[in-house]
Amino acid sequence: MGRLETIMGHGGRIYARAIALETWSPRSPKRDFSPRCTSGTYCRIVRRSAGLALAVLLFLVAGSPTASAIPAFAKKAGLRCSACHEAWPKLNAFGQAFRDNGYQIGNERDSPVYQSPLYWPAGVRFTPQWHRERNGAEATDQSATGVQPVTTQGFDLSGIDFWFAGLLAKNISFVVLPSSDEYGNFHFESGWVRFDNLLKSPWLNVKAGKYELDMVVSEKRMLTLSQVGGIYQMYHYLPLIDPKAFAAAPLAAGETGASTTAFGIGDNQLGIEIGGHSHNDYTRYTVSVLTSSDGAVNLPTSKGYDTFMDVSRTLMVNSLGPQTFGAFNYIGQSPTQYLTQTPAGGGAPVNIPGSGFGNRSFTRTGAYGLLSAKKLDVVPLYMHATENADIALGIPSNQALPTGVQNPTWNGRMLELYYTQNLQFIVIARYEDIRNARQVFASSLSNYGDMDVETIAFRWMPFMHSRAGLAICPEYSKLHQIGASATGTNQTLSSAFIGLDFAF
Amino acid sequence: MKIVFRTLISIASIALVTACGAGAQQSQAGKLKGNFNAGKTAFPRYCNGCHGVRGDGKGTLAPYLDPKPRDYTMGIFKCRSTPTGTLPTDEDIYNTMTRGFVTAAMPPWAPLPPQTRMDIVAYLKGFSPRFTSEAPGVPIPVPAETAITLESIRRGAELYKKLECARCHGAKGRGDGPDAPTLVNIKHEPLPPYDFTVTERFKCGVTNSDLYRTYMTGMDGSPMPSYADKLTPDLAWDLVHYTRTLQVGHRSKENSILAKAAGSNVLAPSHP
Repeated sequence: MGRLETIMGHGGRIYARAIALETWSPRSPKRDFSPRCTSGTYCRIVRRSAGLALAVLLFLVAGSPTASAIPAFAKKAGLRCSACHEAWPKLNAFGQAFRDNGYQIGNERDSPVYQSPLYWPAGVRFTPQWHRERNGAEATDQSATGVQPVTTQGFDLSGIDFWFAGLLAKNISFVVLPSSDEYGNFHFESGWVRFDNLLKSPWLNVKAGKYELDMVVSEKRMLTLSQVGGIYQMYHYLPLIDPKAFAAAPLAAGETGASTTAFGIGDNQLGIEIGGHSHNDYTRYTVSVLTSSDGAVNLPTSKGYDTFMDVSRTLMVNSLGPQTFGAFNYIGQSPTQYLTQTPAGGGAPVNIPGSGFGNRSFTRTGAYGLLSAKKLDVVPLYMHATENADIALGIPSNQALPTGVQNPTWNGRMLELYYTQNLQFIVIARYEDIRNARQVFASSLSNYGDMDVETIAFRWMPFMHSRAGLAICPEYSKLHQIGASATGTNQTLSSAFIGLDFAF
Repeated sequence: MKIVFRTLISIASIALVTACGAGAQQSQAGKLKGNFNAGKTAFPRYCNGCHGVRGDGKGTLAPYLDPKPRDYTMGIFKCRSTPTGTLPTDEDIYNTMTRGFVTAAMPPWAPLPPQTRMDIVAYLKGFSPRFTSEAPGVPIPVPAETAITLESIRRGAELYKKLECARCHGAKGRGDGPDAPTLVNIKHEPLPPYDFTVTERFKCGVTNSDLYRTYMTGMDGSPMPSYADKLTPDLAWDLVHYTRTLQVGHRSKENSILAKAAGSNVLAPSHP
């Protein structure tokens, strides 16, 4: 019953995430699932060509010259990308401080009045790619067991980001980010205005609009892009509904059997944020009050509000450099009932958007570290999640819970490593697991829905300058989840990916 | 996959242990010691876009910057605590990097770890042979600041006129003096004089002591000379106090005194 649903990430990219619904199927254009290149001369040529290409790539990586720069964005900041990005788009300490200071360098030339009239604060990000996706237990009509492995591969496109970001005036910054999926369906991924350094203090900044929560371990600036490895799974995980236990506890009228929220703490949210930081950016805090809609516009749920807060502190440890520790907490709510309206021509009643009530709560609480030692960065992350059973099963709040149903809780852990060889080359490795501490149904296996994800990648940036960036990013990611296939067997997904990730 | 991952963690652990090894000391300020090799890694990331891979100020962004980036090969630095014509101390370079240059493209690099900044100091010193053949100058003493009074400000205003500061910086400190369009640095690149009205910061610091130091050391490589042989310490403080009043709209004790004394009109006789 578990499936991996694709979701919109940054750049409108489509990523896989685990949610508790029905069988998984790729939400991609029609694909030929017949396996290719299994034997024969053609395959040998393809493999040899791939090997040659890899050898050339490694040669280029090993012998690449020092990054050169082409001036352009210098009109604004006069800096190259590497000043702010450890490896684009991952921020370093200076980039984080620049961001926290409202995109201001602090040299009294930040205000747009100092810019050329021709300066236009816009950027584009896009990623042509080749990828191979394997679903170890895809539900098919042809399989005697109901599921079978399905692999597909080919050249593909990402969505596109149009970034508009900068200053409206000194200490007033903004972002507008129209983003599309790979079909060209646009939405506003971000859009906000921030009043910086209020009362002439870096401790008071106010931002309103749609924005990324101040997750220091940022999913929006991660360096992996594949369907499986392109998100932090724990940021989007929702408990699976055990089909056997579910069958033993039939739904009453009005119960849907599916989660009433698609919440992901990695999703951009709508609200207002108060944040601040010390002058050196070593101590930071943010507090947000958010519309309870997981970032969906036009008030589709209820009149409820969520809260989010994050605090972090950086310690300077002699020769190791800065070591950051932080914690966050999200308290959200989701309606379990709606006022309904029967269409004039008859038919099933439909929910009236915004009329939700009977809110029930969920939480996400975590702690993280950004540890570094010269070229090595280590990012541990732990998150504990709770959810009300009414939300998990879509049970109206005025109805009693079925026997054996309980509020689910789960824990996510992640260890991420970055090895920055030089300005142009970075290796990424990540291990993530999610363990259910309490299942929705007490009768479910204790490890039902547990997940392990492993990702390894590198990112080679043949150049990095202040106007454009290009990264060649091979990646392999594998996800294993207990009982997540359509027939209740374990599910394994894997992505092999190589993209030409560029921003201009 | 788990095997690969564990192997990677092992390699990373070894790298972590190796990385902790200290390199040779190349620069020092207090207990902070910079390492040339570490600076060699950090310099391309943060600096050479403007200052160039050879430190000659010919980075690819340089043509678009005004004023131009520092040419480290000359071994000449504006902001120093040492007398004019001498090399700066490591701490001087470190402090300059930390606070940046207001109204220039050089940002304050304070968010970088102190070790990284000091490593870069060690590396950029390698661009100039001066650092191998000469020792840094001895920092000049900064005596205790004299009392900030209306009289001191008045004397400073007279000095501002007498020393012809207005020829470059303008009568009101806006950097619009009659000589301003002709000013160039030691490489004959245009170098506009500082506009004191922009902010409460100065090119080489923010405190009165910083400004005193600048008057006594000069800004080597620029038209701003050292006044160490023209000003006694007391007179230099008077000039500092007056200069503060040019920062109109910014809070300072000098501006408060001036406001209580009926505004800048009390200085009118000094201003053409």
